[in-house]
Amino acid sequence: MVDILEGIAKAIQLIITGDPTLYGIVYRSLFFSGIAVLLAMLWGTPIAMLIGLRDFRGKTIIKGFFNSLIGIPTVVLGLVLYLVFSKGGPLGFLQLLYTPGAIILGEAVLVTPILISIATTAIEAVDPEIMNLAKTLGASESQAAIAVLKEAINGVLLSNIASFNRAIAELGVALLVGGNIAGLTDILTTAISRYTQRGELDLAIALGIILMVIVFLINMIIITARKAKMLFTLGRSPQ
Amino acid sequence: MTIAAELKNVTKVFGNKTAIDSINLQIYEGEILALLGPNGSGKTTILKILAFIENPTYGEVKFQGETVSFKNTEKARMQSTLAFQKTTLFDTTVYNNIAYGLKIRKIPEEVRNEEIGRMLRLVKLEGFENRPARKLSGGEQQRVAIGRALALKTKLLLLDEPTANLDPKNASIVEEIIATVNREHKTTIVMATHNMFQAKTLPQRIALMSDGKITEVGTPAEIFGKLSKNLASFVAVDNTYAGTAKITENGTTLVDVGNDVRIEATIQSSGKVSVFISPEDIILSKDRFSSSARNIFKGKIVEISDLGSVVRLKVDVGKTFTVQITKRSFKEMGLNLNAEVFLAFKASSVQIV
Repeated sequence: MVDILEGIAKAIQLIITGDPTLYGIVYRSLFFSGIAVLLAMLWGTPIAMLIGLRDFRGKTIIKGFFNSLIGIPTVVLGLVLYLVFSKGGPLGFLQLLYTPGAIILGEAVLVTPILISIATTAIEAVDPEIMNLAKTLGASESQAAIAVLKEAINGVLLSNIASFNRAIAELGVALLVGGNIAGLTDILTTAISRYTQRGELDLAIALGIILMVIVFLINMIIITARKAKMLFTLGRSPQ
Repeated sequence: MTIAAELKNVTKVFGNKTAIDSINLQIYEGEILALLGPNGSGKTTILKILAFIENPTYGEVKFQGETVSFKNTEKARMQSTLAFQKTTLFDTTVYNNIAYGLKIRKIPEEVRNEEIGRMLRLVKLEGFENRPARKLSGGEQQRVAIGRALALKTKLLLLDEPTANLDPKNASIVEEIIATVNREHKTTIVMATHNMFQAKTLPQRIALMSDGKITEVGTPAEIFGKLSKNLASFVAVDNTYAGTAKITENGTTLVDVGNDVRIEATIQSSGKVSVFISPEDIILSKDRFSSSARNIFKGKIVEISDLGSVVRLKVDVGKTFTVQITKRSFKEMGLNLNAEVFLAFKASSVQIV
């Protein structure tokens, strides 16, 4: 118990004094997860629009597919990506394994189903007549689609925030494809794991506190947005 | 007369349902054409096809003399705009709603600001620029939607039940706007309505619709002059009653419409019929007076609608009649709800189907 209390005290000291190792890890986490979400947004938003704006055969199956991918165990995804990025894998020539790029790509793949599911629901929640309205005011098909996206922007933004929440808190993918190399590919979650195993509780606790603060802040944003009736319930399964 | 738009044998099928069937309709430049029919008769489908946001399943649509196909749909859409029955507004300010179409057309900002100001004055919403559009009242929202459509100065203006969800005062404002725009700018307007009063007063022509087909086309005088079965079948028609007719000794027809109300008509008929009396043909008085009118009923005012210069009253005489009088008369007579009044109309003004 004394060790734990000492650990907490030292952790707070590290946070207040701006320990470079600590904040290097925090910065990498925020940076990797931020870029990962940007990537997921770039390829996920058009997919969400394609699904959300149209009715087509198989739509329910596709939505169900992305919805089910949300629950994929991160360590399984990490294993799959490890095999893909490894020397003998299809993307081995990119030499991404154990680099920041691998973590970024891995997290982007991880959060894409979340982003697509939530953004699709947000787009579907827009009044279906908005598309027709935009067209009857002179918009082309793509301009009308952008009008719908603007109406759904709060939901789409929150899908990004929720994706970031997932990315920054995940362990399995970052550990397996990043290697947890100090100063290069260690992030909040992998570093907590390493320092705990080594008995360096002050650093582990400090990183844990920061991670919880980040997650807490993100969830406060989501709750505030929901209260302001900006969006649907995140916990609802897409239909 | 120049044809602005034309539907040739247009049919639209949604799944198993034929919404409109073999529609042939010409719309002339500068006219107001009303599509009059009950809900589900295909009015909205025709408007969406004329707005080029729905394609016909079969048939041809011509606009300004050119056949509209996927190659020139976007060009045609720039010249036609539709204000929906259910008011649809972007989740932004009144200004941005009206500006949307103008921005699409790359209208410079200065010109845009001027046009939006002019529109807001026309729809009587000056000072509403920065208000969130969706937080306005229903009537104000509809006026924003109409202002947004008018700002584009399209060749064809389409209005789907423009006053359906409005209180009488807002409805009156919108009707005045429609009439003004057509009169001053010669805008071609096609409007869907199931409102008989509106159909009699606003358009130059009416296309009567039923079950996806156009059954008659004509001027209001032609359509309402002879009451057709199609017209009488509307649920929403005021002063239309079903009853049993019997020819009297005098050669007139007495129609029992129920609740001890018997209406006398000069047209001879017997058996099951529908009768219709135009509200303008009914005289309202506080006292019974002698006249040549064969139909005199005593009743109570049960509803009053202030339409600005006129007042529409519903009077229960056993059956409910709709009567329209000037506001001046309404004030001079000192009428109010539950006031006892007399209705009188001639046998010759009773139409029988």
